[in-house]
Amino acid sequence: MNEHHLTHLKELESESIFVLREVAAQFEKPALLFSGGKDSIVCFHLARKAFAPAKIPFPLLHIDTGHNFEETIIYRDDLVSKYGAQLIVASVQDSIDTGRVTEEKGFYASRNVLQTVTLLDTIENYKFDALIGGARRDEEKARAKERFFSHRDEFGQWDPKNQRPELWNLFNGRKNIGEHFRVFPISNWTEMDVWQYILQEQIEIPSLYFTHERECFIRDEVIYAHANVIPLKPTEKVEKMQVRFRTIGDISCTGAVLSIASTLQEIVNEVAATRTTERGSRIDDKRSDAAMEDRKRLGYF
Amino acid sequence: MAKTTKHPTPNSQHPTSSYLEMDMLRFTTAGSVDDGKSTLIGRLLFDSKSIFEDQYKAVKATSKKRGDAYLNLALFTDGLRAEREQGITIDVAYRYFATPKRKFIIADTPGHVQYTRNMVTGASTANAAIILIDARKGLVEQSKRHSYIASLLRIPHIIVCVNKMDLVDYKEDAFKKIKKEYEELALKMNIPNVHFIPISALEGDNVVASSKSMKWYKGRTVLNLLETLTIPTAEITDNARFPVQYVIRPMSNEYHDYRSYAGRITGGVFKPGDAVTILPKGLSSKIKSIDFAGNSLPEAYSPMSVSFTLDDDIDISRGDMIVKSDNKPVVTQDVELMVCWMSDKKLQANRNYTLKHTTNEVRCLVKEVNYKVNINTFDKMEDEKIVGLNEIACITIRTAMPLITDKYAKNRITGSVILIDENSNATVGAGMII
Repeated sequence: MNEHHLTHLKELESESIFVLREVAAQFEKPALLFSGGKDSIVCFHLARKAFAPAKIPFPLLHIDTGHNFEETIIYRDDLVSKYGAQLIVASVQDSIDTGRVTEEKGFYASRNVLQTVTLLDTIENYKFDALIGGARRDEEKARAKERFFSHRDEFGQWDPKNQRPELWNLFNGRKNIGEHFRVFPISNWTEMDVWQYILQEQIEIPSLYFTHERECFIRDEVIYAHANVIPLKPTEKVEKMQVRFRTIGDISCTGAVLSIASTLQEIVNEVAATRTTERGSRIDDKRSDAAMEDRKRLGYF
Repeated sequence: MAKTTKHPTPNSQHPTSSYLEMDMLRFTTAGSVDDGKSTLIGRLLFDSKSIFEDQYKAVKATSKKRGDAYLNLALFTDGLRAEREQGITIDVAYRYFATPKRKFIIADTPGHVQYTRNMVTGASTANAAIILIDARKGLVEQSKRHSYIASLLRIPHIIVCVNKMDLVDYKEDAFKKIKKEYEELALKMNIPNVHFIPISALEGDNVVASSKSMKWYKGRTVLNLLETLTIPTAEITDNARFPVQYVIRPMSNEYHDYRSYAGRITGGVFKPGDAVTILPKGLSSKIKSIDFAGNSLPEAYSPMSVSFTLDDDIDISRGDMIVKSDNKPVVTQDVELMVCWMSDKKLQANRNYTLKHTTNEVRCLVKEVNYKVNINTFDKMEDEKIVGLNEIACITIRTAMPLITDKYAKNRITGSVILIDENSNATVGAGMII
């Protein structure tokens, strides 16, 4: 390879850092959406690099559904104290308690949809004007249409048929009062890129991503973690399985995969050989063919 | 396609070592409606084993539900509900795939005239453009428009795919006729590297595998060409440019007096010790260090994101540009642009816009519309002074503050601007400095 030529991971890193610095320069009150999943962890890592040796000039924002894996919360708190980051936690439980949203009922009850309200309320309360997210275009067909700088109207809504053209590296973050932007610095990364980067940079990730023994049950061909927030049907039986998670979301909508991958290298090998997409184990995407587009229009991540 | 819908085993593709050494090619696809762009991309993804099992199942189910006679490869790329309903591509969709040689980013852009602005969007960052032409129809207005845009945006490689060869019985004459016609067009447009491939996206001929039905064609397949095209080495030239994006000041005891200028290099190579000029003021200094993520680097080049510290304490802020003193860009308030118009609200003289150029944002006034371009004949229409949606024109503007410019032909980043409507904040124009 040419001596003045970047590898694709270096080029992606450089592009993402450019985007993160644009956010810091163009907006008054940005925040980085942090779920404790690998994509937001990579965004955090990139933000540290972008502003070094200064600290990241915006807080982390965690929309806490209360349906978390315990390991995610431990990881989040360790990270915040290790790097002295600012953390804001907004709770879906609070939105339920104050009557902003109503809890879903039944075996498939999830707080996934509810968190959009919590998110938009938090944006309003803190007057955030840009929210950085770890969504990637390769994840899902509606996300494939996203801009780096994605405009949201005063209701937090996305209008996918009328997006601003995004040319060269000129990002138009101009807006009226009450509107905000979602910004996706790792838009051009694939799942494989993310794992390769985590391996290359030796980034710490939650233990959930590595193989472990866990009490699980199977529903609709998906392996669920057994947890209080997911009621079992009479026919469903809990058993110990050797699993890991490819994505981390709510415990009620994240499926596990059978795996014995215990190192980053083994995860990379597994991802390279896999025959299904990572969102194939996300129950939140399965509600309909356009589930993600519909949620995104309303202001979802 | 109907004959071979067995799902291939996805890549157990890249051993880690080679994956870490891969480079990246960004390309865009263009062509008229129904020329088969989405089908071609679906075919590239499918035959390069980049389609996952669950995606395949979903598309197969949808194809069946819609009553398509064959697996509808276009469904792999159309993302929005309205696109699937209408069977057309409305907005740019980005797709990703990798072979053991290279990672690819595809900007799949719409063919309809009213979405031309999205083609410009996809083209602005592309290193190659695939232009599809229907073998039965030959060059149509959209193929000319898209070729003109590709040449205007200086996409280094154009790949003309003459598609639907299966519908002209794979005849060499049909291909040759279009090739000749296009070569004449390319001469008028200053397109340097044109490649021609006869394909059938539907049947898979010459996309990933060589065609058995067109033995007369001895050239590369589409994928093979994409894997081997030279990517311009990040515009390594003597035009070293560093637009300042953000000032890093840690405000901590450990880094009490630290101040660095963050940005992305948009041309050339910088090293510590280089004599530099800071524009627009024209002050001189030397690079003390090039910092990245807590380390100092021996050199940095386009398109790296880094930060510079300088020997002298100078007031520098976002919008300034650090350049090597031996090769300076032009600092000016009067700029001539080729502009692609992207709004229903027409462009004309005496209108004000906000202009973005590198990390700079200034107001500007349109002094004059010099001419519009007839994209069929490429003639200059000097009497036409009002520019509508999807039209291309040459304009002269004056900016409220100086811009630090290169010609677009020299540098795609320091030579490009966008125009923003001051009421709606919409991006309404894409401009290239001439």
